[in-house]
Amino acid sequence: MTQVILFNVTNGLIIGAFYVLMALGLSLILNLSNVINFAHGNFLALGGYLAFTLSPTLGYWGALLVSPLLTALVGLAVERLMIRRVYNRDPVYSLLLTFGFAFVMQDVARYVWGPNGLPLGLPDFLSQPISADLFFITWYRVFMVTVVIVAVLGLFAFLRYTRVGVRIRAGTLDLETVASLGVNISFLRTFNFALGCLLAGLSGVLAAGQIGLNPNMGDDLLMPSFIAIIVGGVGSLIGTLFGGLLIGMAAALTTVFFPAASEAVIYAIMMLVLLFRPRGFMGEEGMMS
Amino acid sequence: MSTDVATVAVPATRQRAVPSWAKLVVIWALLIAAPYWLPLVGGYTALAGRVLVFGLAAMGLNLLLGFTGVLSFGHAAYFGLGAYGAGLTLRYLVHSTPLAMLAGTLLGGLAGTLFGLLIVRRRGVYFAMCTIAFGQLWYYLAYSWNDFTGGFDGLRDFHREPIGFGPLTFDIAEGGTRFYFFLLAVFAIAVTVLGLLVRSPFGHTLRAIRENERRARFLAIPVERQIWLSFSISCFFTALAGTLYALLNNFADPLALHYSLSGYFVVMCVMGGMRTFWGPLLGATVFVVLQDYISSMTVNWMSFVGAIFVLVVLFFPRGLLGMRRLRGSA
Repeated sequence: MTQVILFNVTNGLIIGAFYVLMALGLSLILNLSNVINFAHGNFLALGGYLAFTLSPTLGYWGALLVSPLLTALVGLAVERLMIRRVYNRDPVYSLLLTFGFAFVMQDVARYVWGPNGLPLGLPDFLSQPISADLFFITWYRVFMVTVVIVAVLGLFAFLRYTRVGVRIRAGTLDLETVASLGVNISFLRTFNFALGCLLAGLSGVLAAGQIGLNPNMGDDLLMPSFIAIIVGGVGSLIGTLFGGLLIGMAAALTTVFFPAASEAVIYAIMMLVLLFRPRGFMGEEGMMS
Repeated sequence: MSTDVATVAVPATRQRAVPSWAKLVVIWALLIAAPYWLPLVGGYTALAGRVLVFGLAAMGLNLLLGFTGVLSFGHAAYFGLGAYGAGLTLRYLVHSTPLAMLAGTLLGGLAGTLFGLLIVRRRGVYFAMCTIAFGQLWYYLAYSWNDFTGGFDGLRDFHREPIGFGPLTFDIAEGGTRFYFFLLAVFAIAVTVLGLLVRSPFGHTLRAIRENERRARFLAIPVERQIWLSFSISCFFTALAGTLYALLNNFADPLALHYSLSGYFVVMCVMGGMRTFWGPLLGATVFVVLQDYISSMTVNWMSFVGAIFVLVVLFFPRGLLGMRRLRGSA
């Protein structure tokens, strides 16, 4: 029983880590640009597929570094060409735009890489279990969690200590004032969108090593990421981090005792939060209205 | 000076939600005669039935989206709950079409009413995000509760029952024209009620909230309550459309609950013109016909549907009827 619970705790940690990376990217874009990026799951898939294509030439480590950057580049182009056109319009347009674009991206992935699942090869030592007792924990799982932790710390350090990062945080609170202080918010939004896509691409590469690749691999992560943002509180990245871990853990632990309800429990958490603390655990008052 | 007054006055009269009698006559004549003229242009009656069902769902959503200015991206949940409510009633409880419709409409409508209470204070994208996430709850429920709902394969083993008693029985078991007229009758009643609502003082307060929420609040309009009512009513209409969907196909599937369908409803409203009463029906017509045509032509239909979304947003944001109105008032 201890092993079962331990197994599911590590599972929850890993699922939670994916939710966190995904939700942080979504949250960045939502906070600054007020856009829900429906195509975020497709950027995740794109990152994974790019790693699949690049790893024969660059090796796994090269692909791990390069494909998130390429994903960010695609995100940058998408923002420049399409999404920036709808910033000043009713939110219905940005939703429809990213929603439709998600369809296109998924179909393109299916067309280019085929509809069937593909594996992403890992370096040998990563697929070994860490010990005989803990046979269910491979080094890859440890590695994934480490990468996520490094990425999250890096993101928070970036937002805290660099000029662009501070501007992004300021823009989250009051974009108009930031603009009137002479900051190029058009650039800021583009950069921020690309940063969100970078995180999605990174989680795509990591996810591909664990569950393999398929054209709609990001879809299952999208809804929990929304819920992580709602639970954690819109406007707070720490909240999103906390929300992602919470629902990842909750889903995994429910699997131990009542497997059928593992999806339902995260929705139950969302309902409870909306009922008793509508702004989310760490959301700013008024941020969600 | 008088020309100035005239140009200002023209858009005001054109903003009327329910259009002139001539237009109504044309719309209803086209709908009533659809089974007779559709085959001539290469369509079929079941397609017209789907247009009515999706059109009603989109018009119900548009009470919230277009007339209240509140964005729900989760209306498929209430549509699907309507469909499952009707299907489950027919399969497990009673073999009665009207009772099944009542049960489905109540199920979807009440779910929306209760959820609406939780989210009326949210606005904009956050409101949308809550509606999406809540909608997916029902998708996963239908998907994973295999024994009861049929899981991914959908709910089967039920079918439309004849309506009425004795000599007044109206058999709609066969598809075809007779069932189409049944759909049209329900559609007509629902749309009439919707039209009356939009023209009522209640409807005017909704538009006041859409145009300027703060000012509406100063006028002592209970903004939260009106938005909640609007959300609730639009859920009831969408759920009613969902029950018709189950009757149309003799089948309810989890995809009727999926957020993709919510997106389709929204794009129908926008494509037809969400500031107009009949826009969503026109949008639904275009969408259903295009989807039918494209999915018969290519396996990459997703790209085309996605591209339609992108093109509508970038180049066509006012929708078909909105464009016409803009030119008329210019």
